[in-house]
Amino acid sequence: MIAILQHSFAQNALLAGIIISIVTALVGYFVVLRAQAFAGEAFTDIGFAGATGAVLLGVSAFIGMIAFTLLAALGVGSLGKRIQGRDIEIGMVLSFALGLGVLFLSVYTQQGGPNVGAGVSILFGSILSVTRSDLQLACVISIVVLVVLALIFRPLLFASVDPEVAQTRGVPVRGLSIVFLLLLGVTTAESILVVGALLVSALLIAPAATAQRLAHKPLNVLLLSVGFSLFFTIGGLLLAFLGQLPVGFYITFLSSMTYFASLIYSRNRAARRVTVEHTHRCVDREERVPSLL
Amino acid sequence: MFDALSYQFIQNALIAGTCTAVIAAFIGYFLIVRGLSFAGHALPNIAFAGAAGAVMLGIAPVYGLFVFTIGAGVGIALLGKKVGERDITIGVIMTFALGLGLMFLSLYSGYAERVYSILFGTILGVSQGDALNSIIWSCLVFAALLFLFRPLLFSSFDPEVADARGVPMRLIAVTFMVLLAITISISIQIVGALLLFTLLVGPAATASRIFHRPAWALLLACGLGVVYIWFSIIMAFEFQDGSWPVSFYLATISFAVYLPVRLLSPMWQGKGSRRREPASATDRNVVAYQEKESVNVVKQEAVR
Repeated sequence: MIAILQHSFAQNALLAGIIISIVTALVGYFVVLRAQAFAGEAFTDIGFAGATGAVLLGVSAFIGMIAFTLLAALGVGSLGKRIQGRDIEIGMVLSFALGLGVLFLSVYTQQGGPNVGAGVSILFGSILSVTRSDLQLACVISIVVLVVLALIFRPLLFASVDPEVAQTRGVPVRGLSIVFLLLLGVTTAESILVVGALLVSALLIAPAATAQRLAHKPLNVLLLSVGFSLFFTIGGLLLAFLGQLPVGFYITFLSSMTYFASLIYSRNRAARRVTVEHTHRCVDREERVPSLL
Repeated sequence: MFDALSYQFIQNALIAGTCTAVIAAFIGYFLIVRGLSFAGHALPNIAFAGAAGAVMLGIAPVYGLFVFTIGAGVGIALLGKKVGERDITIGVIMTFALGLGLMFLSLYSGYAERVYSILFGTILGVSQGDALNSIIWSCLVFAALLFLFRPLLFSSFDPEVADARGVPMRLIAVTFMVLLAITISISIQIVGALLLFTLLVGPAATASRIFHRPAWALLLACGLGVVYIWFSIIMAFEFQDGSWPVSFYLATISFAVYLPVRLLSPMWQGKGSRRREPASATDRNVVAYQEKESVNVVKQEAVR
């Protein structure tokens, strides 16, 4: 256990996992708040298309992912007007990007590219093969994302919780939502490196959604979300070092089981609260009825 | 163009593709109206995981497809009630299924090509038996949809009123997801997980931008779906010596038709756009209202 941590691949994987799970947990809080789970998920698949395109052209997969997700963010942001009514626009952009991804992948395979497993490793991630330069890139991008997020934090929170009131108070709701989509695009592209395109929502949606079921104040939810995200990633990595199965499986397993547990917990609590309130209300009414009569 | 039609495998592809396109466009329209397009993307991916599991166990992928998609569909229908909550549930269920799929793939040491063909589809490798199968299943699903048509339409467009009138909302939601799951399971082997999503959402999105009335929109969606798949199969066969995949042509055609319709639709929708989707508009207001209510409850508790 300790011995494996002395290998540089394990250290790189842990560091990359920690950096990326902090960013995804914070961005994921807004994804859940703004009900944009589909957008987050779509960007990961769009990132997959970008990565295959980049591999075909012989440039770094990361550049392709960033380019595609940013373009898609702009497209979705400018096509969809309402914050929640964007599903169809997202779906259309997504299916076009997937079509391109399939084309790139099949052309690449037919050309007999040197690395046929490239597509698979993009889909399912390869955190154990993260290099020092990947790590530096991820670090720089994470800092940029976090700084931008900190700068727009208050207006974004306002615009996410109550878009109509925010609009009347002069908050640029539309502009903020496009900026947020761009941030989301960059974040997903970055986390594809760690967990792969198919598993990003394990880190993007699940920690924030779990945290939101257990806490109410934004700061508490954010902290809990980061805590869960770190727990899933580090736990998943340690389990993968000990066990036989791939990292992605352990991370998704931990995150979805925690989410379902929180779902059951909050359902029970909500049910109890409703019955308590209901009896209060009934008592109120019974007291009021005689006075009305 | 015409000599392409004389090949047996092109004929099979066209038959299977037509059936799949009609049924996918039909069910895709309801998917969009009910705000479930994320489920349309998630279920094929979940199906992929099911297929991987079945291949690992050494049984036919169909069983894995059915078990995983129907299980996930019922889960999605039962767990999520509010729109935002439902999307999160879909996302987490999908992630979980994909994680399982990854595990199956890593445990399976054999020939994984069968599993990847589920992701990308093999429409030009459809056998006569597959084509016959897809005709039968499409007819069954279509019949079930027609049987459910009125309550399904009612509950999709105006869930509040339908609920008040005593339409069994939960039963309809579950039945709809099961039908969606069956559609996905039977068509995914032919067209692949990625292409299927395009067939579900593309024609229906375009049609619902053009027509307000459900009947016309449904007809147009089915028509567009069939036209898209025919064009893309024949183009895939004719151009580039058939080396480019069908799904690329399909996605491109579908996006190329949708984009101008989307950009020009304000011209004919204008004020009518409120009338076009009253259900989703009220739905959204209701959701916003409920969310405000829950925030108020939280605030009141905090005050106490």
